Amino acid sequence: MIEYALNFGFICVGLALLMNLYRLTAGPTTADRVLAVDTMAINAIALLVLFGIGQGTAMYFEGALLFAMFGFVSTVAYCKFVLRGDIIE
Amino acid sequence: MPFVVELIISLLIVISGIFLLVGSFGMLKLRDLLTRLHAPTKASTVGLGGALIASMLFFWVERGSFTIHELLITLFIFLTAPITANLIAKAYMLLNVDPNTELPPSNQDEGWSTFDPIGAEGYDPSEEYQEKET
Repeated sequence: MIEYALNFGFICVGLALLMNLYRLTAGPTTADRVLAVDTMAINAIALLVLFGIGQGTAMYFEGALLFAMFGFVSTVAYCKFVLRGDIIE
Repeated sequence: MPFVVELIISLLIVISGIFLLVGSFGMLKLRDLLTRLHAPTKASTVGLGGALIASMLFFWVERGSFTIHELLITLFIFLTAPITANLIAKAYMLLNVDPNTELPPSNQDEGWSTFDPIGAEGYDPSEEYQEKET
């Protein structure tokens, strides 16, 4: 039963990533694109966790943690650049 | 693996998939950025949380050893999501909102902090810099 649930989850996350990709390419403002990348990072974490359940290894947990950290750092860096024209003042 | 545990894990995965999809659909559908910011919070709380709890339960039953390191990701996302949303909203307001017409007055000498100072008469921050440098 877990296999069917995982397949459903993969389809949902894939569709969500496609929607984020549309918002990333067609977003009218810069902040829309930053928000799209941030949501893509969250969806990628969920995809990695579900893939780890499917494969039965805990190895993908480290990848998910890295995605969480770098997603946050990249979003903050880009917003800081838009706000101040510089990242580390 | 007992049937009840399998059912709970499958249910958590399905719920998290639905919430991730709804969050991204909201970001696609809503009107402008300040309303769009509302949608991905569903994905980052219930969506990601459900998947991580399902993973925790699965490895607990599969390996027999209970670990909470999935909760690290949940904690990190819960800590960083408000900061991210605040910074995105600030960047949007700096680029797309006119502080003279669309915002209430700040009732201070300075304007709102994201924007250039507009309040005090004749105050120009560049003059202050020149005095300090010479």
